[in-house]
Amino acid sequence: MAEKRRAHARPRPSLIFGDLWEFDPAPETADPKIKARYDLFIGGRFVRPRSGRYFDSINPANERKLAEIALAGPADVDAAYAAAAGAFRSWSAMPGRERGKYLFRIARLLQDRAREFAVAETMDGGKPIKESRDFDVPMAAAHFFYHAGWADKLAYVAPGRTAAPLGVIGQVIPWNFPLLMLAWKLAPALAMGNCVVLKPAETTSVTALKLAEILQDAGLPPGVVNFVTGAGETGAAVMGHPGAAKVAFTGSTEVGKAIMRQLAGTDRRMTMELGGKAANIVFDDAPIDQAVEGIVNGIFFNQGHVCCAGSRLLVHEPVAERVIARLKNRMRVLRVGDPLDKNTDLGAINSKGQLATIRRLVAAGVREGATMWQPPCRLPDRGFYFPPTLFTGVTQSHRVAREEIFGPVLSILTFRTVDEAIEKANNTPYGLSAGVWTEKGSRILRMTSELKAGVVWANTFNRFDPSSPFGGYKESGFGREGGRQGLLDYARIS
Amino acid sequence: MLPRNSHAARARLLDEVGAVDQVGVEERVAKFTTRSIKKAAKVWGLLKAVSMTDLTTLEGKDTPGKIESLCRKALRPHEDPRVPPVAAVCVYPAMVSRAKAIVGGSKVKVASVATAFPSGQTHFRNRLAEVRGAVADGADEIDMVINRGAFLSGDYSRVQDEIAAVVEACGASALKVILEVSELETYDNIRMASFLAMGVLRPGDFIKTSTGKTTLNATLGNNQVMIEAIRDFYTDTGVAIGMKPAGGIRTAKQSLQFLIAVKETLGDAWLTNKRYRFGASSLLNDLLRQLEKEKTGAYQAPYYFSDAAESY
Repeated sequence: MAEKRRAHARPRPSLIFGDLWEFDPAPETADPKIKARYDLFIGGRFVRPRSGRYFDSINPANERKLAEIALAGPADVDAAYAAAAGAFRSWSAMPGRERGKYLFRIARLLQDRAREFAVAETMDGGKPIKESRDFDVPMAAAHFFYHAGWADKLAYVAPGRTAAPLGVIGQVIPWNFPLLMLAWKLAPALAMGNCVVLKPAETTSVTALKLAEILQDAGLPPGVVNFVTGAGETGAAVMGHPGAAKVAFTGSTEVGKAIMRQLAGTDRRMTMELGGKAANIVFDDAPIDQAVEGIVNGIFFNQGHVCCAGSRLLVHEPVAERVIARLKNRMRVLRVGDPLDKNTDLGAINSKGQLATIRRLVAAGVREGATMWQPPCRLPDRGFYFPPTLFTGVTQSHRVAREEIFGPVLSILTFRTVDEAIEKANNTPYGLSAGVWTEKGSRILRMTSELKAGVVWANTFNRFDPSSPFGGYKESGFGREGGRQGLLDYARIS
Repeated sequence: MLPRNSHAARARLLDEVGAVDQVGVEERVAKFTTRSIKKAAKVWGLLKAVSMTDLTTLEGKDTPGKIESLCRKALRPHEDPRVPPVAAVCVYPAMVSRAKAIVGGSKVKVASVATAFPSGQTHFRNRLAEVRGAVADGADEIDMVINRGAFLSGDYSRVQDEIAAVVEACGASALKVILEVSELETYDNIRMASFLAMGVLRPGDFIKTSTGKTTLNATLGNNQVMIEAIRDFYTDTGVAIGMKPAGGIRTAKQSLQFLIAVKETLGDAWLTNKRYRFGASSLLNDLLRQLEKEKTGAYQAPYYFSDAAESY
């Protein structure tokens, strides 16, 4: 039916995504209530670091200083572990329903202050306000609610067996979802009756320290949760401390390996949630526009600072041209800029260092002969920004197809058969997540059993729920977070 | 009568146009509702929506007096000189000559529903005659309904042939093809029907969601499926088809969300009443109310706006 018209069609009609209707700035204006200086949170109180030293946390959107954060040394980490050990006896002996009350309180207080926390998260980390408002903060609260519900049902978490707390847990979290990762780590540990020493990421400590205020308001017994802030050395002290019964780490594979080497030969348990280079696989029968939306959501969500980001697009050859054309159109309407603007889709890159990493790997992609494409977009003069980027003509041996970029950069590869798709998807040291787009249910089932990834999304991507376990295969780590499985990782089962 | 190859025809058409995932579409359009449109951008959008409105009355109790009132309002919706006339008035065929007498010679077009609107359940010769009658009376635009029974039975050639015949009967008048999305039920069907219609339409013709006479009418979801079909048809053939969501768009806020969908899916070239329309009756007064609010900072009572159905 369309054939008649194709004959006298103009060459390749294109759409105009211009500025005919330019949106006015729509900044979120809630007060983030960020203090000028934050101390360590040990034993239920804010205490000065022994060293007396502080470091700056800046807003990556404009490079302005946001707050001073205490730098914890080994003595401070010792004090935090001592406080946690001191609190463990009564906290672990407390009836589950009582512990649950605290978790419910934390969840509700977080909901009460959701806007304030969303703005603080955006200013500290650079993510768009619509994501911190609609995803990070509500999901963090949801994790506390979910695990609060488990606290008085632990007798049923491992039917026929007994689940007991482990003791003090050392936790180190990354900068990409500061508050959410904190909730992922804290809520199951506390529900099970453990105490915690946690180190937030160096560039994003603010919302953890704001949550410490909520812990105080909730009346959480002193020492149950302790926050020590600092950089890599502080993290190593937390992970290597002999007082830890278990350590849980989310971050890069490189650091994860260092921690595992450090702890090899000890009886300390570990959960590692590390890097990823997920394949998002689009078959020719997939609903294309929804797949394109899933691709965008997979790689540009949180500027691509997502360990399970769909950073490799594997697209079935017959539809590759069509998928890429529609993906480019979609990318042309992504709004990059001020993270506090409610219409911003891609905010600021978290740090100068991360921006340099992204630039370095993108340059390597260009040098190795892949074709780079970026939509025209104006970036702010100050702050750390990188436009949404895609690479076509990528092969399995290009660096942009192998190394985790952790930025808004998509590498596109093609495949012809299902076996080839599986082979390419699994040809990576990582195995955190994958996506499959097809109308064929049986193909989804086959892919989920053959893809070596902890999470496989079917006709969607980057979808999370507190009840759904999350974790990796291979060098993406081990152990699960969320759901009953995540809870069991914080328990001694006998 | 079910054609023997209806299953093959459906499979072929679906394969050609591609499937739609319901969950994914609804996630996509939910993002349009989180856009925050302020100040000058809001005023621009509201004025644009006024200019895209097909001001409609389609009731058995319509009178010449009501048509006149509607037409006067269409020509000059508000005393504010910034407010443009609407795109068209949309009436039943019996009212076309009356409406034409008032808006004729202005920018405001007369649109007439035809083809046994809203069900289309009469002999095809009568449906065609209705179109010819409305055109003869001066209708600049014809809003037809597709043969849903034929579509759902897989008789696509009949659906398309009927549309093609109506195109011919329209002559110089533009045609808007109503898919009646609530009776097609699935997004797959909506996409397939969009392509069937576009295949025989002329540049400048429209596809339209609904009659407004069923329970579910224009939603962001079915609007999205149809504008994506228009986009794909345009990039494949170079033929630009217009879009008209109709029914259920009552608030200014809704209309801005539809326009955001257009901006981000079809781009700037569709942000014009030559290619995008709202079929609505009560929307216009809410647009005017919001424009006054932007100017004065206060909402005015309904009775400040002509033809307002609400009271207080």
